[in-house]
Amino acid sequence: MRYAMAIDTLKCVGCSDCVVACQMENDVPIGFCRDWVTETVDGSYPNVEIELRSERCNHCDNSPCVRCCPTGASHIEDGGIVLVTHNKCIGCGACIQACPYDARYSHPEGYVDKCTFCIHRVRKGENPACVAVCPTKCMYFGDLEDPNSEITNVLKNRKFKSLAPEAGTNPQIFYLI
Amino acid sequence: MKEELFVSGRHIPNIDPYLNIWHWQIPLYLFLGGLAAGILFFAALFTIMGKENEMPAAVKKAPVIAPIALILGLLALFLDLKHKLFFWQLYTTIRIESPMSWGAWVLMAITPMSMLWVASYMKELVQGWDWKYKWLNAFETFIIKYRIWMAWIIIVLSVILGIYTGILLSAFNARPLWNTSILGPLFLVSGMSTGAATILIMSKSKEERRTMSWIDLLLIVVELFFITHLFMGMKAGSQVQIDAASLFLGGQFTVSFWVFVVFLGLIFPAIMEVLERIGYHIPVVVPVVLILLGGLMFRFIMVEAGQLTRYLY
Repeated sequence: MRYAMAIDTLKCVGCSDCVVACQMENDVPIGFCRDWVTETVDGSYPNVEIELRSERCNHCDNSPCVRCCPTGASHIEDGGIVLVTHNKCIGCGACIQACPYDARYSHPEGYVDKCTFCIHRVRKGENPACVAVCPTKCMYFGDLEDPNSEITNVLKNRKFKSLAPEAGTNPQIFYLI
Repeated sequence: MKEELFVSGRHIPNIDPYLNIWHWQIPLYLFLGGLAAGILFFAALFTIMGKENEMPAAVKKAPVIAPIALILGLLALFLDLKHKLFFWQLYTTIRIESPMSWGAWVLMAITPMSMLWVASYMKELVQGWDWKYKWLNAFETFIIKYRIWMAWIIIVLSVILGIYTGILLSAFNARPLWNTSILGPLFLVSGMSTGAATILIMSKSKEERRTMSWIDLLLIVVELFFITHLFMGMKAGSQVQIDAASLFLGGQFTVSFWVFVVFLGLIFPAIMEVLERIGYHIPVVVPVVLILLGGLMFRFIMVEAGQLTRYLY
């Protein structure tokens, strides 16, 4: 099993519904977020191109945050989901330094927190909260090792990219372009 | 033109707009750890070479600083933790891939070793020192007997500790300024130079001062070479590393780094040591204080600047 996410940048309108859904679902403290939306503008008027991306932890295959964790609090769950065990985390900040995507933050309670791919929902067979609420249905979540899953098909037929692959992390969030 | 912004208004404390998760605690610890590593290295080295009597400050006096520096450094590390009550989790596992994990274990080993080292010289350091209990006296005889073994263990641990202060940073490939293998040797040499400077100021023998200022001079030259090497490597690297180097070559850290670290912390004290050597009288405290301040500043700048560098996508 290899969970991954594909996000269609051509369908995304940047409404930030995914961000709010995640904050509600996961009780993210005010002022923090596990996912966020960026807008990249290329060119100048009248030749302007805008790319909207809903970003979050890339659940990397070669995850530098897991490698540098001194206690093993950051670990990889079944399906490649990168998680933090709160009562093993000492809050040293090494994983925050190690993440090229700045996807982790220090929770006000002390431990480090991040996107979990809503593992509590995924285990029940549901989609992560951000995927479930997306009004344009621009996000696909699923198992890359299942040849019949929607995400496998969409990645087979569309052009896509991942973020900063040169960082050597082998990220598992794919942006359809 | 390319412009990027957070549509969702992300502004996480200490992460946006730029990373600032490590504050004064980490560079202070890196300095104290390097200083202790330097002092202990020379104490062990001269013991192994059989020069205890020629180098009394290096072998007997200066090591008193080491456990104090290590304990203060550990305290700074503890203050840096945000989930403090769980700090013991560090010592429930050894994770080879995590420099912080084996660094924590090396500290766990070298701190008591440095205390034993000082204890074994306690009677020579303090006139009329008495351990009071019989078993403590017996223990003292035991550690004095095996001092040479302690020296061998300490020399290995001190080199690991010195290199570790650099590898702690260089293991993060997300921060291009740190992500260079020269950082380990650079921090080791810098730590040894601060250690040598401390021995220099504590020494009362002319011969010992001459030897230590030689060693310090050599270390400064090596350090300058490594710094040149660091920026050559960055300039010849990928775009993110070129951007990282530009923070020091025209960017916001240019003056603080080249004036305070390189000139006042390395070149100027080196010139003074050379002048002293050819016969001018220079108070030893001046180069020593400059070297120590330069070493401290170097770590503060590296930690702060490194957090500003990142991958852009």
